[in-house]
Formats: sequence, C-alpha cells, structure tokens
Amino acid sequence: MSLTDVETRKLEARAEQIRETVIEMLVAAKSGHTAGPLGLADIFAAFYFHILRHDPKHPEWPERDRLILSNGHVVPVRYAAMAHAGYFPVEECRTLRAFGSRLQGHPERLRLPGLETTSGPLGEGLSQAAAAAYAFRMDGTKQRIFCVMGDGEQDEGMVWEAAMWAGKQKLPNLTAIIDRNNIQIDGVTEDVMPLESLKAKYEAFNWHVIEVNGNDIPAFIAAIEEADAIYEKPVAIIAHTIPGKGVPEIEFDFHWHGKPPSKEEGRRFLKELRSMKGRVPHEYA
Amino acid sequence: MLSKEARLSEQVFSEHIEKVPTRDGFGKGTVEAGKADERVIVLCADLSESTRAEWFEKEFPERFIEVGIGEQNMAGLGSGFAAAGKVPFIASYAAFNPGRNYEQIRTTIALNEANVKVCGMHAGVSVGPDGATHQMLEDIGLMRMLPNMIVVAPGDAEEARKAVIAAAAHEGPVYLRFGRSATPLFTSAQTPFVLGKALRLYESGTPQVALFSTGLLSYEALRAAKQLEEKGVGSVVLHVPTVKPLDTEAILAAAGKARAVVTVEEHQAAGGFGSAVAEFLAEHHPLPQYRVGVRDQFGQSGDPGELIRRYELDAGAIVRAALGLVKQ
Repeated sequence: MSLTDVETRKLEARAEQIRETVIEMLVAAKSGHTAGPLGLADIFAAFYFHILRHDPKHPEWPERDRLILSNGHVVPVRYAAMAHAGYFPVEECRTLRAFGSRLQGHPERLRLPGLETTSGPLGEGLSQAAAAAYAFRMDGTKQRIFCVMGDGEQDEGMVWEAAMWAGKQKLPNLTAIIDRNNIQIDGVTEDVMPLESLKAKYEAFNWHVIEVNGNDIPAFIAAIEEADAIYEKPVAIIAHTIPGKGVPEIEFDFHWHGKPPSKEEGRRFLKELRSMKGRVPHEYA
Repeated sequence: MLSKEARLSEQVFSEHIEKVPTRDGFGKGTVEAGKADERVIVLCADLSESTRAEWFEKEFPERFIEVGIGEQNMAGLGSGFAAAGKVPFIASYAAFNPGRNYEQIRTTIALNEANVKVCGMHAGVSVGPDGATHQMLEDIGLMRMLPNMIVVAPGDAEEARKAVIAAAAHEGPVYLRFGRSATPLFTSAQTPFVLGKALRLYESGTPQVALFSTGLLSYEALRAAKQLEEKGVGSVVLHVPTVKPLDTEAILAAAGKARAVVTVEEHQAAGGFGSAVAEFLAEHHPLPQYRVGVRDQFGQSGDPGELIRRYELDAGAIVRAALGLVKQ
C-alpha cells in the first residue's frame, strides 16, 4: 500500500525532527557518533511512525514487533525516534551519555524499556533477531523481527554465522536492514575491508535481498512491504544511505563517523537542517 | 567422618564405586527440566552426541536446535531465545563455550541478564587424549568475573542432573561446567543440592585443615581427608559446587575451626575457585592457603588419571599440600 503524499511529507518531517534532536543530543553529550544516526533518520522515522506495531506506553507489549539494533553506536537516532514517538520525554534526550542517564552511550536494555537488547560490540544483533524469529514461529505468533545493522559491521564473522543459520531456517518473519553508508571508522568500507558484492553474499546464504535508497521513505517502506510478502526466506534490505544526511558539509565524510558536533558546529548544522539546505531563508529557520 | 547430611553413596570409599561422566547428568537433567517446563530448549554446536544434547533431542526434537559449528552465533541465539520467552541451554565444549564466545556471553547474556544457561563440556585436563586445545582450564575464571553470572561446577553426574534442573528453574544467566570422563558417583539421589549452597562431605573431630573443593575433584578431596585422618591430621571437606555466588557462610563456618585451607579444582590455580576463596578469606578470615590447581600451564594428551596425577590434582597432592601447611 503506497503512501499518500501527505503521509510521506509527515514522515519526512518526522525524520527532520529526529535529525534535529540527534544533533542537539550529541552537542549536549560532547561525544558520540554523528554520521550514522543522521543517515538513518529516515529509516527510524519510517519504523517508529509507520512500520512497527508497537505501543510506546506499553513497551513490553508481547505482541509488538521487535526492532533489534545491532550497531549500537547509532543509538542516538533510536533514542530520538523513541522520544518523539512518546516512549519518554524529548527533553530526556539531552541526558545522552551522562552519568545516571537511561540513555547510555551504547544501548542497554535493562536501563530503558523498549530497547529490546544491549548492543555496541558489533555483529551480535542478527543472531538475537534470528532466534526471536524462530521462537515466535515455534509459538505460532505473528510478530515481525527487524534487525538494523551497519555495513562496516559485516566484517564480523558472527554476522555470517547468523546469516547462515537464518538462511537454513528459512525464517519468513525476519528482516535485516543493512545501513549501506560506505563508511566505517578507519575510512571507506571498500578500502578497509571490501564487502561487495554484498547482495550476492546474502543471496548465497539463502536470503532474499532488496536494494533500496534508505533516505527515500516511500521506497524504504515499499521494501519492507515486499519483505513481508517473501515467505520462504529471510530478507536483507540493503539500504543505501548518505552518512551525515541533511547536513551537506558533513555528508559522505567518514571523519564524522565517531565524533559529535561542537556547540558552534551544532548551531550551524541545525540551521542547515531547518533551512532545508538553504531553500528556506535563515531568518525563518 | 562422612557427613550424614550429605547422604553420600554407600560405595563412596569402595573400589567398585560407579563411575559416570557429568555430561550424562546434563543429558538427564535437560530431559527432566524439559518435561517440567516447555519453555526449556537446547542448542548445540555440532556436538550433540558428546555433549549428550542428543538425549534432549530424542525426547523433544522440536525443541532441540542445531546451530552448526558457530559458538558465537549460539550465544547470540541463546540471548534472542531468552528475550522471546524461552529457557535456552547452549552446549558445546568449554574451550569454545565460553572460550570462543566470551564477549558474546558478556554482552548479550550477562549484561543483558538474559535467561541463558551456558553449558561448558569437556572442562579440565580429565578430557584426556584430546590434549591441551580441548582441556579448558580458564572457564571458571572467565565466568566468575562476569556480573549477573552464576557459576556451577557439579561434583558428579547425579549432582550435575540436579544442577541443570535448578539452573532451569532459576531466572537469569548460569554457567554450568561438565567433564568428559567417567568419574565416581559419590553423591546419591538423596544428597541435597541448592544453587549457592556448599555441602559438607566430611568432618573430623578436630579439623586442622579445611579442604574446599569444587567440581569433579571433590571426590579426590574426600579421599585425601580419609588419608589425612589415617595420618592423624583432622580435616573438614566442604564441596562447593556453586563457585559464584560463593557460600561464604559455609566457608567461614568450616574455616573457623581449621588452621589452614587447601582449595581444590581442575582449573588454573590463578583466577578460579581457589582464588575466589582466597579473595574472600583474605578480607574476612585470613588463613594460610594452598591452591591445588593447574599451575600456569596448559594440559597435554594422556589418560585422565595420568593427567590428574601429572598436574598434581589427585588425593596424594592434596594430602601433601595439607601436610605442608599443617607442619608450618
């Protein structure tokens, strides 16, 4: 079911709101990752405001869909999306990485309801997502399981152990989303550790693979709907995203993988976001 | 004198004492736990015969999950199954589980407080002919350092069965350690087992030395106590299957009467059960102590009995350690 223009614009506005919150929380935290969360804002807006069956007031509702975040370092985008969806007050986002905060630098399930798991060490989410998908199939319940992974994370051997197992089990309720933004800490993924052809790799592991523009919300939602229609295999959506998306001066720059904006940079980035890349005069931004 | 409360096997000091590997206790225990609770599932990494996971598989084929040779994935799967309401036992050799997948256990199971039972088979030099690669001697240390993790090293197959059932009923992560070779069945069906509780096996009228032991070597500690008694040295033997949390009350009570402590385990002397006891006693009741364990070495191929003697883990070595301390 394709989105109406109004629905699309609302989701895009949500994504911008999430980006603003991400920048604000990173400036306040003075540490954290910038590029990945900005690149994933459209996908998380789509998840929390359209795709997931969930209830922010009852985060442990058993029938909820599960969104497992495997690359825990991009968690600011999840915190921002959860806050705007009503899991907790948006103001709490400013406590990111602070002593006593529920918003740990890398997500901890036991500290904040709704996180589903603890992650940060890379490569571990897909196993957990695959097991949950298998368990729900055993029980005959209908939850969908989504696992968001990074592309650099695909270097981890454990990812392929899990991919092999999920392919063997033909899990129809499992959808992995790979954030293909082509950067990792030490540089461009194809320099650090070549991944291509990523599509062929997953296909060889008995997955159905969809490639999509991860910054195009209607296209991403269409990919999720296609994945739901695939019954005999798990599905990997390779979502091509722009790291740093929304702030032209940092887009595609791997140096922004693991650092936060300074106060001054944050002010500038927010202006760029709010001015819709210069299309809106700054006095209105 | 043998402790009455322990209700040990009547054959405890007989040459004909029955010998059964503790991994058989894993097989039996998981079947019983599986009957009691349909959430119990067993995952195995291509070692279902030698871990005895196949006993569960035969009983509950739909609740047995083969993961292939991938222990890291198995730990992550365990965490995911637990999050979805199952009670997973993940089984492989201790060298790989928790040896290979330590960080996955740390993050996805311990930090997550996932209700996963990590089962390490073929622990210790008594693995025998397979040699050092497969003789895991560092697992107790790895697991007892993890917050939220309970660590259990059963003394024989019967206790292993009870420990598995108790672990299934406990909500939270547990590490269970099992051996490969057939070892004496010194407890009985009536011997009590409670997670976190130590069990007094033997006590002389005036104990001069306290023998604290865990796992399979508790039987050697028991034999050592008998030999010490014959030499006129009284002792108390406290079998401590739960290494973490340590039954400090029972340890203090047993140590209180003795002048020295010998700890016994089939593990590196560094970082394991003996270290746990030393850490506790140093702060609360310092006593001269010797840790019977493997002294900063790897194992090697050989017969289990031969290796237990070579690494000085047998009753004779325990007696020598105890006499050495008592004479001081």
